Amino acid sequence: MGNDAFSVDRATAIFDEIVPARAPWSGFLKKGQILRIIDLEGQQAVDALFYRADHFEERYSAQDTLREQGSAYIGLGSKLISNEGNLMLTVVGDSCGLHDTSAGACSCESNTVRFGHHTKYMHACRENFALEIGKYGMGKRDLVSNINFFMNVPIEPSGELAIVDGVSAPGGYVDLKAEMDVLCLFSNCPQVNNPCNGFNPTPIRVVIYDCAEG
Amino acid sequence: MSPGRPGDLILNGRDDLALTSMDEPMSLLDASTPEQHRARYLELKSNAAERLHAPRERVPSALRPLDDAEIVWREQIPDGWYSTRKIGRGETLRIVNKTGRAAASILIWNADDVSERYNAGDTVKIQWNALLGKGYVLFSDMGRVLASIVEDSGAGHDFLVGGGTKATTDRRYGAGYRNTRDNFCLAAAKLGLTRRDIMPCLTFFAPVRTDGEGKLGWSGQDAQAGDFVELRAEMNLLVALSNCPHPYDPRPDYAPGEIEATVWRGAQADANDSCRTASEEGARGFENNDALFGV
Repeated sequence: MGNDAFSVDRATAIFDEIVPARAPWSGFLKKGQILRIIDLEGQQAVDALFYRADHFEERYSAQDTLREQGSAYIGLGSKLISNEGNLMLTVVGDSCGLHDTSAGACSCESNTVRFGHHTKYMHACRENFALEIGKYGMGKRDLVSNINFFMNVPIEPSGELAIVDGVSAPGGYVDLKAEMDVLCLFSNCPQVNNPCNGFNPTPIRVVIYDCAEG
Repeated sequence: MSPGRPGDLILNGRDDLALTSMDEPMSLLDASTPEQHRARYLELKSNAAERLHAPRERVPSALRPLDDAEIVWREQIPDGWYSTRKIGRGETLRIVNKTGRAAASILIWNADDVSERYNAGDTVKIQWNALLGKGYVLFSDMGRVLASIVEDSGAGHDFLVGGGTKATTDRRYGAGYRNTRDNFCLAAAKLGLTRRDIMPCLTFFAPVRTDGEGKLGWSGQDAQAGDFVELRAEMNLLVALSNCPHPYDPRPDYAPGEIEATVWRGAQADANDSCRTASEEGARGFENNDALFGV
């Protein structure tokens, strides 16, 4: 089912870790390395942001990425563009084909509006992001519109937009090739108020490969 | 952390994970089953679809004449330029597209705490729609309503793609034309903010839509001369406005013409306000504002 532009046979894993359900993860990726996110049990949204490793003010920009690719979803071949118009990462492998970058990350505050005030005290992606990004001297001001890997958000010609059941099967993956040194910031989404995690958050696996050229 | 207490977790001996993993506490806070969560979500989704598709009389927005005494600020923003303004809670910003060729990209911050700002993702997902107009609201990242779209002549607006940059403008029109990205950098600087504070924007008078396959494009319905929107500030705001052609505008020349920005004194939203009562989500957003202001 995969659709790869690189061969794992030519690559060496230098990092391989399970990220528990509902937890954040962050790490640096060097130019040329490929990071694979594996949706171990299927239908698990992974919220992601990227920052230039040596200059955090340059970061992933959902709008620059959408404008340049001219389509609403992230998939194989998508070029992830920064707020300065530079190429940060390329999607070089993808078993899923439909990743969102318009609907943003869940938060305690937006949950109260979307699902009722009783949902305020439930864990959320922006809690993960805010805690994790603090390790790098950044804060809430640095949290911009993110990518939601494995999250299915069709945007209809009428403008109607809703999070619907994910199409990512167990073992599904996405491969991101770093085109510059980047800091990756992930939240393994804890949301249970909509279908982005099949109403049951599950672990993911993050693998980083050093790649032989050619 | 004493072991054995509910909610305490030690994973692989890693304190950073223990602090941030939430394997068990969820059940302490929310006892609903996945089936109950799904039923609740589908009910909210169905309510939103019902509102959207309900037959209703469309009353055209009229541009109400303003007395000089009501007007706090008025500025003609020329082709390619920008302006910034602090807008008080209850004041209304009117943006008029003088030529029909202009597009008005806007960034909005809470003037009393600029870390709170327009959130594009929340605004579209909370309201279940990316083609927003009169009656909808603009959400901050804190679940509160920054501003309400109280009038709208019906030109389409872009809540997805954002403005142009030097690269896209040079590529399209040749060198020497101004662009929204640089305008926003300058506007932020003049408000005491930096590039870190520039988030995804929205653009009025830019009819961007997706087709059935998710391809993004200009809908073909250009704005008309005199098209306008009015935003009522629901808290004290800082606003940056940029008047540059939208990157998807198919017209070949760079000639947006001017936009007119006017701020006038108005009333705050009352309990029966049409934006406040348009949806249950909107009502909850206003309730979060009430909590902020101690209403």
